[in-house]
Amino acid sequence: MSMNLTTTDQDLKTRLQNWLPKIVLAPSFGLVVFFVYGFIAFTLYLSFTNSRMLPSYEWVGWQNYERLFQIREWDIALNNLVIFAILYISICTVIGLILAVFLDQKIRGEGVLRPIFLYPMALSFIVTGTAWKWFLDPAIGIENTFHLWGWQSFSFDWIKDRDMAIYAIVIAAVWQSSGFVMAMFLAGLRGIDDELLKAAQIDGASNFNLYRRIILPQLRPAFLSAFVILGHLAIKSYDLVIALTGGGPGNATALPATFMYSYSFTRNQMGIGSASAVIMLLTISAIMVPYLYAELNEKKR
Amino acid sequence: MTVAAQENIVRTSQSVRVGIYLALIVFALFYLLPFGIMVINSVKPLIEITEGNMIALPREWTIDPWLSAWSTAQIGVEPTGLRPYFVNSIVMALPAVAISTALGAINGYILTKWQFRGATLIFGLLLFSCFIPFQIVLIPMARVLGVLNIAGTTYGLILVHVVYGLGFSTLFFRNFYAAFPNELVRAAQIDGAGFFRIFWRIMLPSSGPILAVCCIWQFTNIWNDFLFGASFASGSAAPMTVSLNNLVNSSTGVREYNVHFAGAILAAGPTLLVYIIAGRYFVRGLMAGSVKG
Repeated sequence: MSMNLTTTDQDLKTRLQNWLPKIVLAPSFGLVVFFVYGFIAFTLYLSFTNSRMLPSYEWVGWQNYERLFQIREWDIALNNLVIFAILYISICTVIGLILAVFLDQKIRGEGVLRPIFLYPMALSFIVTGTAWKWFLDPAIGIENTFHLWGWQSFSFDWIKDRDMAIYAIVIAAVWQSSGFVMAMFLAGLRGIDDELLKAAQIDGASNFNLYRRIILPQLRPAFLSAFVILGHLAIKSYDLVIALTGGGPGNATALPATFMYSYSFTRNQMGIGSASAVIMLLTISAIMVPYLYAELNEKKR
Repeated sequence: MTVAAQENIVRTSQSVRVGIYLALIVFALFYLLPFGIMVINSVKPLIEITEGNMIALPREWTIDPWLSAWSTAQIGVEPTGLRPYFVNSIVMALPAVAISTALGAINGYILTKWQFRGATLIFGLLLFSCFIPFQIVLIPMARVLGVLNIAGTTYGLILVHVVYGLGFSTLFFRNFYAAFPNELVRAAQIDGAGFFRIFWRIMLPSSGPILAVCCIWQFTNIWNDFLFGASFASGSAAPMTVSLNNLVNSSTGVREYNVHFAGAILAAGPTLLVYIIAGRYFVRGLMAGSVKG
């Protein structure tokens, strides 16, 4: 950006121009350093103190972490997270990919269908939860409807079943997010160079091979983005569980996010709550940091 | 249309195409039904819901559930309906969207056209802030809002949403401006245009699409937020999502499902409206921003 300017006046102006971007960027940078990284440091610190209802500054070492992993509810929360994340990510990816590939076949009415697949992502998880809570409620929702239609033995009471409730949450979560994944894959598909496909077709590649060998490999960035975005959404999942089950029955659908909230703010175990938040952050970082690092480096090249 | 189909690179037979259409229609029903059934049941008397079939059309149409949800339903302890909370959410979302988008635009401009040592690191820090689990900031944020004397207020929520919306808004504009030709900026510089003039005269006029994308994204996220609202603004300052949850999950009295559904549709209304009017910017934003082609 440097220019050959001769007079000192212009020199000063240039120097000011060089500083101006940094000055303008500073407030945003300051906000993020304080409210994100400062706060992370504070919560990290609290996780090593015996804070209960209010923050305390008495150092207790690793005690909170040791106790955290002895709490049965945390164990349930982690197990639920694994089940939820695996199913949520894989089902959303499969449905999203199928929809995107189908929509990419020059479909009549794509302009109508695409917004229909996508609109749930405009809704709040609380709204989604309100709707699905009712469908999944055996007394009044889907089960009851089938009973009224005469299929008396039909049973769909996952949301009331301690062992199945977490799967009920997956259904609602997939309903909400799969259209978003569709949009990502569709964008990827539309970005593929037609010339490449034409060349492969002249070489006699079948549709199946065209997808397997040329199109899907080119969608790798979209797969990666979908995985990362869904993965971090899964770890952050809070609203949907609160709206659907409140973490119940009992604590059968507890997730780390609900655990952290209840320990920090309703059970007055802020030290343990902080420790659980730190674990959540570390889990997300394990996914996001390599991804973002690769993204940034790739863009520089 | 047949011509268009033949021009398609991947050729498919007629029967395969019928199958594809069928599958797409089944999926469309899967996405539409939950909301559609909610709409149908929001105009039914409660008795038809508890004793009847959920996908049957109302025998008797009524707008009472909507009136109740809007202005008389019991939210927490007050029979105010959702109206005051709807207003809260509007008062919260509009400034938060405007401020975070404006900051994101100028940040994106700086990070692409005025690169300096450490700019990538700053962007990395901003970017990572998009993805942190917000549980990690809840406890200190509650204290800082208390110190600033804006705990439990809409102002507090505006601050929270601006801060945690900055990462995404910067990301959108940075990716958009990265594709903007540097030559134009350089030419303007040679003509003597400064930092702000280039931004106002050259960058902003061509930023229409990304402005739309960013505003829609921020508005959707901020309107739909529940965690921050529930943590920092309970009571009369609560946003729409929090009061909807209070309405639906209140344990007292008869469960008025029809009122719950009317309330849920009211809570979904603004984001859904934005989506219907400008939904293509979602997809365009995804193509332009978050997925590398």
